[in-house]
Amino acid sequence: MVLKVFFPSCCATAESGLLIGRWIPEQNSAVVLAVVHFPFIPGQVKQYLSEVQRVTQIDMCVLGSWSNSKQEKEEVLDKFLEDLSTIFSHEPWIQLSKEGDSKFWSCCIFQKCPSSPKEDEFILVYYDQRKVMLSQLHPTDSLTTFADHKGNDASKLGAVFDTVAKSKVLFMTDRYDDGPIKLTHWQSEGVEASIIVELMKQASVPVCMLLTFLLSLVSSVCKSRVLKFWPLSFIWSKLSTCEQLGHRLEHLQIISSNRKAQNQTQLMRKANIFVSLLIDMTLGILLMSWLYRENRIGQLADTLIPVADHIAKELQDLLQWLMGVPAGLKMNRALDQVLGRFFLYHIHLWISYIHLMSPFIEMILWYVGLSACLGLTVALSILSDIIALLTFHIYCFYVYGARLYCLKIYGLSSLWRLFRGKKWNVLRQRVDSCSYDLDQLFIGTLLFTILLFLLPTTALYYLVFTLLRLLVVFVQGLIHLLVDLIDSLPLYSVILRLCRSYRLAASVKFRVLEQKPGKPLRLLMQINPLSYGSVVQTYRLTTYACYPKDSWSSLCKKLFVGELIYPWKHKEEKLD
Amino acid sequence: MEEGMYRAVCGGRIALQRRQYSASCREFSVRCPRLQLRSLSAATCSVWLAAYGLFVLSQNSMVLSAAIFITLIGLIVYLHFVKIDQESLLVIGSLGIQMTSSYASGKENTTFIEMSQVKDVVINEAIYMQKVIYYLCILLQDPQEPHGVSEVVPLFQSSKPRLDCLVEVYRSCQEILEQRKTSDFTRTLN
Repeated sequence: MVLKVFFPSCCATAESGLLIGRWIPEQNSAVVLAVVHFPFIPGQVKQYLSEVQRVTQIDMCVLGSWSNSKQEKEEVLDKFLEDLSTIFSHEPWIQLSKEGDSKFWSCCIFQKCPSSPKEDEFILVYYDQRKVMLSQLHPTDSLTTFADHKGNDASKLGAVFDTVAKSKVLFMTDRYDDGPIKLTHWQSEGVEASIIVELMKQASVPVCMLLTFLLSLVSSVCKSRVLKFWPLSFIWSKLSTCEQLGHRLEHLQIISSNRKAQNQTQLMRKANIFVSLLIDMTLGILLMSWLYRENRIGQLADTLIPVADHIAKELQDLLQWLMGVPAGLKMNRALDQVLGRFFLYHIHLWISYIHLMSPFIEMILWYVGLSACLGLTVALSILSDIIALLTFHIYCFYVYGARLYCLKIYGLSSLWRLFRGKKWNVLRQRVDSCSYDLDQLFIGTLLFTILLFLLPTTALYYLVFTLLRLLVVFVQGLIHLLVDLIDSLPLYSVILRLCRSYRLAASVKFRVLEQKPGKPLRLLMQINPLSYGSVVQTYRLTTYACYPKDSWSSLCKKLFVGELIYPWKHKEEKLD
Repeated sequence: MEEGMYRAVCGGRIALQRRQYSASCREFSVRCPRLQLRSLSAATCSVWLAAYGLFVLSQNSMVLSAAIFITLIGLIVYLHFVKIDQESLLVIGSLGIQMTSSYASGKENTTFIEMSQVKDVVINEAIYMQKVIYYLCILLQDPQEPHGVSEVVPLFQSSKPRLDCLVEVYRSCQEILEQRKTSDFTRTLN
């Protein structure tokens, strides 16, 4: 039978004593957590172990003895160590011994009833206690399903990591403590702590309480009935800025809640949200400082009106082109003139409204620009909303053109059925034959002909305005994609993977150390960190993702039929 | 430690090193053919000739600097992400199987599979274009079905040794996996 001993590399130079840790019988492996030094009273050791066991919920026990003799092997010490095995009864009793500065240790076990006559083989696995304690194992999907089914027979490595992580209490005593037990482990030279972390922990409590209070005020204002009336609620739902602000409010609520994070995932989530908010606000403030320097806001406001005018002029030229002979196609003169004049009048109205608003533009822009301090994402959402407002007339034209085209297509398809002597049966949801009267057929055919010959004109207007609308939608989609990226990127996890890669472990890797025949096999266990792709995938923040609602084929079908398209759909529930 | 020279599927010469650390721990390393100087010079010369041709056409010296930049970046990317120097397989009887690929720039990519997940190590054959090639792979246990296979992990993907080399590795691995079965048997008996 192969016996595996996981030995912490910090205890390799410890004085002789007892090995304490956890024995995992299903895997025939022993995880050594610390070494208890002489002198000790066995009763006190047992009491201490049972206390630690109660707190950490791990079966900690004395696994064996460790002897580090600087000189030749002492016979007396050997006998003493053998006697210890009778005091602390543990099956099997492991004896590790190191001579002088030799790298190769000898390992033997005592068993009251030897199970197999074959000689036992030992594997000594060295591990870095501090790194294994702090690290979080991320098993792949196949391993998690494996673990669920087999229960505790599953991952050996998971058990080792679990054992070391849960015994934090054991590592809290260092050699300067005046206790009855003297231990050696990774922190026995002195407990590590950081003053900055402690100060921040103390300061975070009042800050969180203040933040919670402010947020409750803000959310009560937002939920007030005044803002729920129909026109306002419609506007709020359409503006992406409000959505983004609501999203950030939720994030702030998560951070400022005074419930401690239960497990690692929640802790990482909170840290990611905090870093994301911090970076967002920093970038927003940088943007704001750049905008307000040298009166750039004023310059922006001054160029806004000429830009809107320019867009309107371009649209007017486009309509004049359509009213003439666009791309060599011959249009129906009367319908062309009607549609063209209608749209031209619309543009004229729009320009008048813009000019009416022009004295207030600078002031509005100045105050709106202040909200960039809430974050870069808010500034980008405002930009997206401004684009939507400026191109509102394109949206209107698209809706008019699409509706007209849609009506025409429906009329054509229905009259085409009449032309062939068929009819749509609404009850049975299928096409049935039908006998029409002569006058019905006559009028139907006449209308069909009229609609058919007017189709190219309407279709061309529809095509032009749909293309313009798709362009605007594309630009807005890009901005929303950028906002989503900033929202959902887990920056804290990526920085952790960069600087402290042992905290996020995908698996382990073993290195075979120098061997000597006759001595146990020596391996070094190191942590294999997660790849950056898996880090981002595992710790992605929830976001209201902006994704294309339709596949390409259904989009083309909708475009052909003339249905109004809203290609970006915001998910109602969060995308995890 | 034993070393043998074999051939890869494409015809290049590869070296197999076998080391036995203990009764249940063995390591097999396959060294791929190194980067040839003539292929490197051929690639560099062709890129620079193309750049010089473009320069003569356009008279823009940016083309030349861009060509140098591209060659350098391309070489670094190739050495760090593409060219695998050595692939090794470490089998530790009761712990698991570890596969390491070391790239030409020194980067090492390691995967460790625990012994409880390993069902068996087999040689599979595959039809690739007009050839039938053999490859060594690890079959992973399906947790729900004891006789099922959940995943097939191929080994020595970039060095692609031929059947004679694979058989050596296969025989050694099977010896260690046999020990696992006997130890399981004695455990169930007790």
